[in-house]
Amino acid sequence: MSDIANRVKKIVAEHLSIEEDKVVASANFSEDLGADSLDTVELVMAFEEEFGVDIPDDAAEKILTVQDAVDFLSEQSKAA
Amino acid sequence: MTQTALMQGKKGLIMGVANDKSIAWGISEMLHQHGAELAFTYQGDALLKRVTPLAESIGSDTILPCDVTDEAQVAEVFKTLEKKWGKLDFLVHAIAFSDKEELKGKYVDTTRENFNRTLDISCFSFTSVAKHAAPLMTDGGSMVTLTYYGAERVMPHYNVMGVAKAALEASVRYLAVDLGKQGIRVNSLSAGPMKTLAASGIGDFRYILKWNEYNSPLGRNVTQQDVGGSALYLLSDLSAGVTGETHHVDSGYHVVGMKAVDAPDISVA
Repeated sequence: MSDIANRVKKIVAEHLSIEEDKVVASANFSEDLGADSLDTVELVMAFEEEFGVDIPDDAAEKILTVQDAVDFLSEQSKAA
Repeated sequence: MTQTALMQGKKGLIMGVANDKSIAWGISEMLHQHGAELAFTYQGDALLKRVTPLAESIGSDTILPCDVTDEAQVAEVFKTLEKKWGKLDFLVHAIAFSDKEELKGKYVDTTRENFNRTLDISCFSFTSVAKHAAPLMTDGGSMVTLTYYGAERVMPHYNVMGVAKAALEASVRYLAVDLGKQGIRVNSLSAGPMKTLAASGIGDFRYILKWNEYNSPLGRNVTQQDVGGSALYLLSDLSAGVTGETHHVDSGYHVVGMKAVDAPDISVA
């Protein structure tokens, strides 16, 4: 697993107070991990802080799973 | 900051904590460190889940539901506080709402429905809670609400919220007069932009933060502690002679007339 994936996993597990091994790549934040609508906003804010990037609304709306987050953040770090 | 006994024996209500990044939470922590006893309100289960552990962490077990558009719920909150404490010393109002779709683009496109809702929740609610809180402030008291410079000058994307905050600042002045004879002071804190849950609804927010950092006299953005410190002043007896004021906690940004010549050129990402 990449460094970005590990950092994402850690943030998600910590924020949603769940075990890290439940945070699998295919997990959907709201359907599988029990995130409410504010959790999803808070997660995006936590990713922005951790990775020092800006995640605009239209991109944030497409981040539904752990893998979506990892993909977006990997793309951003490549661009930087 | 060294802890003092400034708020020792004072009891107050905090309305508008959403999570640990909230301005209202920064204020709460500061007040708690200086001896205040606090109660909290929340709106909806999603927020209850977040407020409960925060309130407990500073020894508060009074967490009351309050949808400020429901007059009966507002009345119930103050009835509960009267039973619990018999009086109230201070109130912090950090509540606002607008449709996210109207916190970008042009103000001229504001709908009647969202205009009314925004003004109701972001402005009238302060007048409403002030009316209910005042009878409990039998030894005098202090009320503080949160505003933003977008009330005084046009800020991109702030739109109808700027209009609501302008009305809120005017309400502060009228309330200060109405309640002054009872020894109740009413002021607002105009905080610089901060990365809170509510701010996540505002377009190009990261750009706004950068702009303020580069162009404010202090050359940085404000923190929860900065706002907490100013709230401590306004809610304690240190500011006994101050009412009707809009106090800027914005690294001095409100005195600036144009971009700092040495500020880097930045663009919206």
